[in-house]
Formats: sequence, C-alpha cells, structure tokens
Amino acid sequence: MNYLDFEEPIKELHLQIEKLRESQKKAGVDVSAAIADLEKAAKAKTEEIYSKLDPWQRVQVSRHPDRPYTLQYIEYLTNNNWIELHGDRTVKDDKAMIGGFGFIDDVGVMFIGQQKGTTTKLRQYRNFGMANPEGYRKALRLMKLAEKFNRPIVTFIDTPGAYPGLEAEERGQGEAIARNLYEMMKLQVPVICIIIGEGASGGALGIGIGDRVLMLENTWYSVISPESCSSILWRSWDQKITAAKALKLTAEDMHNNRLIDGIIREPLGGAHTDPTATFENVKQVILNELATLSKLNPKDRSEKRIDKFCSMGVVVQ
Amino acid sequence: MSWFKRKIDGITTKSKEKKEIPEGLWYKCPECKNVVTSDEHADTNWVCAKCGYHEKIGSREYFSILFDENEFTEIATNLTSGDPLEFTDTKSYKDRIKTTINKTGLKDAMRVGRGKINGYDAVVACMDFAFIGGSMGSVVGEKFAEGVNEAIKNKCAFICISKSGGARMMEAGFSLMQMAKTSGKLTQLADARLPYISFLTDPTTGGVTASYAMLGDINIAEPKALIGFAGPRVVKETIGKDLPQGFQSSEFVLEHGFLDYIVERKDLKHKISESLKFFKI
Repeated sequence: MNYLDFEEPIKELHLQIEKLRESQKKAGVDVSAAIADLEKAAKAKTEEIYSKLDPWQRVQVSRHPDRPYTLQYIEYLTNNNWIELHGDRTVKDDKAMIGGFGFIDDVGVMFIGQQKGTTTKLRQYRNFGMANPEGYRKALRLMKLAEKFNRPIVTFIDTPGAYPGLEAEERGQGEAIARNLYEMMKLQVPVICIIIGEGASGGALGIGIGDRVLMLENTWYSVISPESCSSILWRSWDQKITAAKALKLTAEDMHNNRLIDGIIREPLGGAHTDPTATFENVKQVILNELATLSKLNPKDRSEKRIDKFCSMGVVVQ
Repeated sequence: MSWFKRKIDGITTKSKEKKEIPEGLWYKCPECKNVVTSDEHADTNWVCAKCGYHEKIGSREYFSILFDENEFTEIATNLTSGDPLEFTDTKSYKDRIKTTINKTGLKDAMRVGRGKINGYDAVVACMDFAFIGGSMGSVVGEKFAEGVNEAIKNKCAFICISKSGGARMMEAGFSLMQMAKTSGKLTQLADARLPYISFLTDPTTGGVTASYAMLGDINIAEPKALIGFAGPRVVKETIGKDLPQGFQSSEFVLEHGFLDYIVERKDLKHKISESLKFFKI
C-alpha cells in the first residue's frame, strides 16, 4: 500500500499491526487484543485526518497511485461483461480515452472515460490520461452511437488535462473539445458525468457536459491544476498549496458554488481503501439518477441541461 | 589597443536641443520599423502600410472598422466581475479588477454592440486583450450569452472577435463553465438558424479556442495570429524540442483545416457582409 505524506501517522499504526501479526505467527503468542486496539486506533486516526483534509491533500488523494481508474469502474459495473469500442474513424485509437457499452444490472449504458495507467509502461501507453483530439472525437462518436440507439451515457473523468503536444495542436485540440461541448448539450439521451480523480480544465470538460455532473468526495475539478496556477500567478511552483485553496476546486466547494450537481461519498481513507464500496456507491447513484432522468422527454432534458450551464457565473450588474 | 579610434565624442546633441516628439503622434511598426503618423496608421486600420503587420487593437477599433458609420448600440454595458471565490494571488482579484477598469476604461474583456455591417444587421461581440489578457470569466460568458439573445431577438447574425489568453484563473471553476455556457448558447443560435461567424485574432488560445472561437459556422482569422489550445511555451516544454517555424499561426491552423480563410483587416467588412448576404440575413 502507498501512503501519502499526511498519512504518516496511519502508516505507523499499520506497520505496528503488521509487526504484531508477524510475531504472532512466529512465536504463536496471542496478541489479537493488541491488534484490535491498534486497528481501532488506526481507524480513529484515519477518521481524524480525513475529516479535515485541506484542498491540497484532496488533490493528493485524487492522484493516489492505488486509486481505481475508469476501466475498473466499468468492469465492476458491467460484471466484467462489456464491449470496448475503438477509434475515432479519422486518425487513430486514443489509448487515453476509452469507451464501450455494457449493462448495469439490466440497464444498457455507453461508458466513456479517460484512462490512466497502473504501471510505468501502462502510464506511458495511456499517455497519463491525457487525451489527444482523436480521443475527444472517439468519445463523441460513441455518444452519437448511444444517442442513435437511445441508450444513456456515463462518462468517467480522470485527467491531468488534454494533451498539450505538437500533433494535438495540428489536429485541433481546441476544436475537438469545443465540438464536444456543443454536441453534448444537444444529446437526446441522459448523460451522467462523474469525476473519479482529476478534473483538469477543458480536458475534463470535453466529456463533462451532463444532466448530472457529480464528483467523488476526494477529487478536484477546476480550470487549472494547482501547480500550473502557482507557476503562472505566483511565478513559482511553491505555492501549489495556496493555489489549491484559492481555486476552490474540491467537490464541496464546487457543489456550494453550484458548478456541479452532487457529491458521491467515498469509503473512509479514500476510494482506493475499499474500491468495491466505491463502485457500489457509484452504481447506486447512476441507477437512481438514470431512473429520474429517463422520465423526462429528450427535448426538455437537453434544454434543462443547456439552461443549467447557461446559469453558471457571477456578475455584478 | 583598439583598432579604431573615435575622433568625435559620442552623443553631441545637448539634451536641450533634442527634438521632443509628443507621445502618441507617431507609430513605429515593431516588425519593419516603418514610422507613420498615428492618423495615417488609423487610416490603414492599424495595419502597417509597408509590411502588412496587423497591430493588436481592441473593441473600439474593431467596432469602428465593422459598423456602418461607427454607429452601434452597446448592450450589457453595466456588467462587471464579481469575486465569487474571493481570490487572492499576489494581489486580490477585486483590486486587480478595479485597477484594470481604471487603467483601461473597460469594464471587462468583452464588449457587445448591435449595428449594421454594409446594411446587414449584426450583433458583434469583441474581446479586449487589454483587460487581464482578454481572459474569459463570468462577465465574458454573460455578455456573450446576452449577445446571442440579442441576435435571436433581432433575427440577425452573431459575430465574435476573439482575442484571449483563455479562461480567467481567478474565477477558477466559474471560468471553466463559461466554456460550457457559451457553447450552450451557440446551440440556441443554431436552432434559430442564425449564422455565427467566429473571427480569431492575435492571440486566441486556451479555453476560448476550446469553446466558442472554434465553433463558428465559418471560422476566420487575421494574418499571422497566434491560435492554439495550449500555449507555445507549454507545447515546447511537453515535446522538449524547438517548435517548427510558423507553428500555431493562422496560416498553420488554416493549413490543418480549422479555419475557412485568413482575412486582412481592410477586407474584413466586405467579406463578412458577403457572408451575411449568402446566409440570407
């Protein structure tokens, strides 16, 4: 298990528990009472730390190396029975943006999301979850496919940003994202967008126009990452903690500012400590929301979606 | 020992005798160093008569180029920025806004006017780079939205002149959602079957490129403008190599298929009104 810097006290307790378990095995002494005490203490410590995470710590949890990524969500939700679809039909298949269809219980869903890698090799293969224009175009192709056959769309957002590379510019990264924003507004089927990790700027928004936009508890969503914000506004990389706070990028802040529709709770200690519980929460939320959304007629649903985004902003008259 | 010996002392003109040129009377082209009077420069639409360099101009100048007799009704004039996040970096956002308003005489990075272009009714939204780098926050989003509403109400064309570094960081999540908001408004304009011409000028990058600037029924640009999603510095850092000549210029973007044409400022009004004629507005 990987621990974040602020999780040191939890790590200490877990290490002690490990040691006791080992000695119990080796020496055959019964120390289960001590283990139980330590486990209680570890849980209390986790509760204490996680009850007052600051925004930068949330960003760290959202990037936790053990955190579940899009594929794991889709596999769980479809009972490992889904069909992945590839390619944008123009340039290539973007490995940072995946999609396909399957059933949650008996509800057919088109899934789309950014995918990060779990090993160094896979991280490169997935381009660190940074999609190129063909990724956004692949996503749009799958959304249109879902619309044609009247199936709802669920997107999983987890990206440090759209890829800022040379070919991405040549192939129109800006146009690809813009087109998605425009087309997603008009989709005639229900769309649910869930931020499961990082929601960085236009790269996240490019698959983020939904009837419901939800954030997992320990994720972030903003116009820029705290690091880049620090480097631009403070001209140094050292102000990321201050920037994270200033950007109001946590699920709670985004919800209070009515820029998202809801928050999905994570197990204590973050999604990675109990992925199954996380997936189960997500599953229930998707099914509940789809039940509500499917009652609306398609035109009203799309109009409501447009009105929701058009009402965002604070101006002084 | 030096090879050459100075025979005459360096600067010999006494500062008293120096010819004072009042500021603002002359314009020197940063490209070819050609000097003309400011009046002559305005007569050529702020384009260098010698080398064709298009100086960065603001909404006041673009409105004067586009609207017949420079007559137009400005809409949504009273909107200014709130500070929903109480944002402070090296300076508080409130102060930054106040200082910028005083310095530029502008209320935010976009102005919207309705008037006639060679007789055709049109609403023109124009960004001002002078206002915090033409950054897009809630006010830009709202003005854009009101501009679209005005076009729908008057059944006329909507034109947006982009000139922006992207979304305004100090409004964070709110700025990001202006990308969604403006794109949403454009679906309503399209439903009303009204044309949207997007005119990209130097520079157009970030969230503006990734939303309304790239969504025109036709996308057009000024010559040699910087147009891109990621800024050139970021791209350079990503690929770890020098960028090819002309990367992210209007000409580059045209070549890759994301612009319909590049237009010089002197032809802008004519080309736009011809388009409106074709679109039967």
